[in-house]
Amino acid sequence: MSEFATGDGVNTKDATLLSVRQLRTWFELRRWGLLKVGDVRAVDGLDFEMRRGEAVAFVGESGCGKSSLARTLLGLYRPTAGSIWIEGEDMAGFDRHQLHLYRRKIGYVQQDPYAALPPFMQVRRILREPLIVHGNRDREDQERKIRAALREVRLEPPETYLTKFPHMLSGGQQQRVVIARALILKPALIIADEPVSMLDASVRVEILNLLRQIQQQRNLTLAFITHDLSTVRYFANRIMVMYAGQIVERAPVDTLLDQPRHPYTQALLEALPDPDPDNAQKIRRLPKGEPPSLVSPPSGCRFHPRCPHAIKGLCEIKPPPEFPIAPEHGAACWLNQPS
Amino acid sequence: MNRWRAALQELKKYPTAVAGLLLIAFLLGLSAYAVIAIPYRQALELWRGGEHWQAHPRNAAPAWTNLFRRRKLPPTVRLDSVDNGLAEQDELAGLRRQRITLPFTFNYFDFPSEINLFLETEFTRKTPLLSIRWQTPDGRQIDLGAYRPLRRQRLSLSQDRELAARLGHPGHIGLMTGSAESEHPTVLRGDYQVVLEILHFEPGSQLRADFIVYGRVHGLAGTDHQRRDLLVALLWGTPIALLFGLAAALGTTLTTLVIATAGVWYGGRIDAAIQRITEVNMILPLLPVLVMVGTLYSRSLWLMLAVVVAFGLFSAGVKMYRAMLLPVRRAPFVEAAQAYGAGSRRIIFRYMIPRVLPVLVPAFVTLIPTFVFLEASLAVLGLGDPLLPTWGKILNDAQQQSALYNQHYYWVLTPAAMLMLTGLGFALLGFAMDRIFNPRLRSD
Repeated sequence: MSEFATGDGVNTKDATLLSVRQLRTWFELRRWGLLKVGDVRAVDGLDFEMRRGEAVAFVGESGCGKSSLARTLLGLYRPTAGSIWIEGEDMAGFDRHQLHLYRRKIGYVQQDPYAALPPFMQVRRILREPLIVHGNRDREDQERKIRAALREVRLEPPETYLTKFPHMLSGGQQQRVVIARALILKPALIIADEPVSMLDASVRVEILNLLRQIQQQRNLTLAFITHDLSTVRYFANRIMVMYAGQIVERAPVDTLLDQPRHPYTQALLEALPDPDPDNAQKIRRLPKGEPPSLVSPPSGCRFHPRCPHAIKGLCEIKPPPEFPIAPEHGAACWLNQPS
Repeated sequence: MNRWRAALQELKKYPTAVAGLLLIAFLLGLSAYAVIAIPYRQALELWRGGEHWQAHPRNAAPAWTNLFRRRKLPPTVRLDSVDNGLAEQDELAGLRRQRITLPFTFNYFDFPSEINLFLETEFTRKTPLLSIRWQTPDGRQIDLGAYRPLRRQRLSLSQDRELAARLGHPGHIGLMTGSAESEHPTVLRGDYQVVLEILHFEPGSQLRADFIVYGRVHGLAGTDHQRRDLLVALLWGTPIALLFGLAAALGTTLTTLVIATAGVWYGGRIDAAIQRITEVNMILPLLPVLVMVGTLYSRSLWLMLAVVVAFGLFSAGVKMYRAMLLPVRRAPFVEAAQAYGAGSRRIIFRYMIPRVLPVLVPAFVTLIPTFVFLEASLAVLGLGDPLLPTWGKILNDAQQQSALYNQHYYWVLTPAAMLMLTGLGFALLGFAMDRIFNPRLRSD
């Protein structure tokens, strides 16, 4: 774990799997289905890279655009602008056939395992579907892969689960089937959108451990999307904090948790429950207000209406660029402007 | 497929479902019997009426109604001079005299509905001379007159005015009573005889008489005002009703489902257009349109079916299926399927439609009788197919002939019972299926 927590396990240039440049996913708002009245800027100018074998957490409140980012990476939403480079190709320019091939490389683990599994299909059928869609017609080969995937997610012996319908499984088992489905096409990247937030606390750790083990064994790249900073520490190499469709701070996980430099990150960390009894009486400064409108985001720094350190005459006028603080650590906040 | 077999096993646990299945099986069996026993063309031919039915009584109740009567009604007595007659012949100065006696026993409490004599005569030049004598059980001899019959002739003793004036009552009453003077004559029970005295003027001339004392009960289903056996329409009405109901239900359900799914899947303007068309279509009244088509254009059953299905395309079902499919469209498992690359067609047919089938199949089963009733309603309104014998046509005739006012209850009740059995069968099955398939109605 320490190897991953320090973030220096893999960092050669060649190891870059995914490179996102100026990514925008906007949704048109129309009145009566005709008149355009504006855009929902769910993802608004993202730049980041993900290396092979790396786990990156995207953290933010609900409505910050992290799920839209996941869906854009999955090819469910077409990016409005920008590019997503994967293995030397720009996914934003793919045609149908290329997109179909691209989908093999990406696995998707969803939030609500019960809703993510078609209730009228047995586990065998659920796991066979991706294989059929990608042209595998060999029954024996399918069966072998299905059993291997079930073993990999520790649903053993697989025979017990093959003929089960989703409602016959527990929440943890359902999520294991979801993970098995994400893995069965041998993807290079797994996108996990809040994979444990719907599960019982007792099962969460198991599922997180399982995901981490599989990620390490297969040297998978993992995009872990969550609102919960407390699960991130044990899981990710790097964290990107998102606010209103943009990345406001990025850093290796320990750096970010110990020395947050953006007021929003600081506020998120302070909102975490603290197990130290000495701090029981400490008054927490929670971020006031609500996430901003994505249709007409605040001018300047998007966090300035809620920011306790906002500098008048600067923050509400000029959007801050990302200032480098340390290698791999950057924060988009005027407070970090090198003086 | 295992799921469907399991569902069938499950159905057996519901007595109502079993009853519904039995009823449907009975109707299907009846249809098969009708189609095999009376070929289509023959059925149309029979239902057109006319000479086929001249030996049948008018407006006779089904024979089994006698089981419930203390005073039994008479069935039809048919006497053929060749089969039933006692013939004597003698030669007289080149003439041939023939006497045919037709005896019959009448032991019922009501008068026959009619008495007719059908004559078929063969001669080259000179018609034979026929005189008829009626003998009652109490020994009276009534002279029914002398005739020179045509080659084919019907002598209606009921409509013989001269005879009616002589007897004080129409023939079929006056001839069958011992108390002709009374206002309320009663039936004289016992052995009757009709004696035909024929004088042939040619050696080869022949006369064949078919003597019919029409009853007041007939067969399994009774007859209508045109003497047609209602059994023909009751039997043939079954396959027609089932076919119409099934075709209309299938046509509307499938098209509606596909339209609703397409709207939900593609969304946006396609969905909006489908919704607006549906809303306009929903306020268009179907029955008046059918009446207009039937009155101005054609009353063919197939045209009606086409109009019903055409109006069903954008029916309220679109709204219902859309409401069911919208959450499925947004369901995470559909999103997951998209993410691993399933195409539109695969998602629609493998992920979305299976999700609504549990609601759709019972709804489809309960929809069938609605269309059966619609077809019957059209027929009752006089817009039934002009050629086909259907339950609705029976009801239409019954209504036009004021069947209930004239106490011909069977005429209304039998087709109504068939309609009710159809409705009941499909409703029982549909509701039971709903309880099995629809998770919200499951008790366990």
